[in-house]
Amino acid sequence: MREIQEFTLDELKTHLSEHALSGQTVVLNMGPQHPSTHGVLRLILELDGEIIVNCIPDVGYLHTGIEKNMEAKTYQKAEVMIDRMDYMYAMGNTLVYSLAVEKLTGLQPPPRADAIRVILTELSRIQSHLLWLGTSAMDLAALSTFLYTMREREMVLDIFELVSGARMMTTFIRPGGLWRDVPVEFEGLVRNFTKVLPKRMVEYESMLTHNPLFLDRTKGIGKIDTKTCLAYDVTGPTLRASGLAQDVRKANPYSGYDQYDFNIPTQNEGDVYARYLVRLEEMRQSVRIIEQALDKLPYGPVRDQNYKYVPPPRSEIGVSMEALIHHFKLWTEGFIPPIGAVYTAVESPRGEMGVFLESNGTPKPYRVHYRTPSGPLLHALPVIAKGHFVADMIGIIGSIDIVLGDCDR
Amino acid sequence: MNEILIPAVEKIKQQFKAEVSEFRGEVTLMIPANANVEAAAILRDEFAFDLLTVVTAVDYCPQTSPRFHLVYIFYSTVNKVYLNVRVPLDGDTPGIRTLETVYPSANWREREVWDLFGIHFEGHSDLRRLLLPPDWKGHPLRKDYPLGYEEVQFTFNFDEIDTRKPKGEL
Repeated sequence: MREIQEFTLDELKTHLSEHALSGQTVVLNMGPQHPSTHGVLRLILELDGEIIVNCIPDVGYLHTGIEKNMEAKTYQKAEVMIDRMDYMYAMGNTLVYSLAVEKLTGLQPPPRADAIRVILTELSRIQSHLLWLGTSAMDLAALSTFLYTMREREMVLDIFELVSGARMMTTFIRPGGLWRDVPVEFEGLVRNFTKVLPKRMVEYESMLTHNPLFLDRTKGIGKIDTKTCLAYDVTGPTLRASGLAQDVRKANPYSGYDQYDFNIPTQNEGDVYARYLVRLEEMRQSVRIIEQALDKLPYGPVRDQNYKYVPPPRSEIGVSMEALIHHFKLWTEGFIPPIGAVYTAVESPRGEMGVFLESNGTPKPYRVHYRTPSGPLLHALPVIAKGHFVADMIGIIGSIDIVLGDCDR
Repeated sequence: MNEILIPAVEKIKQQFKAEVSEFRGEVTLMIPANANVEAAAILRDEFAFDLLTVVTAVDYCPQTSPRFHLVYIFYSTVNKVYLNVRVPLDGDTPGIRTLETVYPSANWREREVWDLFGIHFEGHSDLRRLLLPPDWKGHPLRKDYPLGYEEVQFTFNFDEIDTRKPKGEL
């Protein structure tokens, strides 16, 4: 039997205080199988009574080597795996990859594809925030919120199922556009959802926003300021809750986000409660964006017509020899983009999600690197958690909204 | 080139003899390996690049000089621009100074690069593996590390296949 090495004492010495070695403080293992860590996160906590003196996050339990696997597949086939990284924002994972491939090859998605991409990724953001709201409130012992938010999240997953056939791992957004156009029922379902959600959000707020028990557990807990956020590369709602209005959708717009009118919600306190308020407001802004995108949803094709890179539609394959050859070449050999490296980023529900893509002139990506927002959040977790109670740790992990598949890849 | 980037690019180019290249509107500076900390400090302090967005590497095996490119992508929340900086590294066991002193976020990112590429960061406070188990052998994102697969075990050949399973010793 192979012996599994755990942390050695020497390694721990650099992270823990000298009190841990003399026995004045307690070293406690939390996770990787702990219901409040929202995945497989392991934390080593050094405790003085109930106060956290030090915290060492140990990640990698969900490492699947997706970046290595993608190097062995063609550009189209590699895309299927990346849904599984940030499984709460699968639409955005494929969007950022598609944007990178489009930048590399010079493809132009048509306006209808851009508008549908915006609608779907905003729906994805809302369902991610809904799950975050339910689970993080449940961690703070407000179980009923979870039942409410899962009900609305189901509506979004039904829309995803309608357009792509899958509820979470959609692979719907492809380089050059979309897999196919949305069915006619799509608009009605999304309009119904945008009408229902603001009313339901009043219900969530009535349970939490002014609830004294919730306020006691969230106000002044887990503070982080803008400077620390930037030093640790923390982006997204955590950064905005500390007062800096940094949002990739406004700063470096993609998919036509500059055409929509929306605000970036910010708070100045930087605590758990501020992050809660920012995310709630973000859901309302997402609803605004979806409504605007639906109002001016243009008609037309949903894929670029450059068949050297984008597979031709099924209907053409039966009647056009050229389309058949393109189809055959694309699904056996793949396409060959120019040599070079690009970086594109989108705003995920957790922060900036980017992909670094390098091509060496073969049909397979030479290097794909995902810059994910959950890693820096976990890196900053010891700074946020220092000096708080163990029970507050649960609220803090919930409030920074990590997805371990996103961190470990 | 985005005109906001021009002063930063000019300064780095003159001070460290950097090569400037542009692809799809992205500016990339190629700087020598011994200048990474100074260049990062200049970018952060003088040109408001306050986020170190990406630290990663690209392996050009079997080429040995340079075998690796270390890729930094800086972002400025003030000017909303990205700047790519690349550092060529020679040989199979390369080393470079850590950026941890300039950007604390480099700590975990460099741990990941050490874990998956085997690039050593001198002066790093805590260079343990980040994603893989601590007893893992090899650095999987190198091009000479096989992708590998798992043989399917049935009842009749379970033990036989079990004896030759890699168990992280590749």
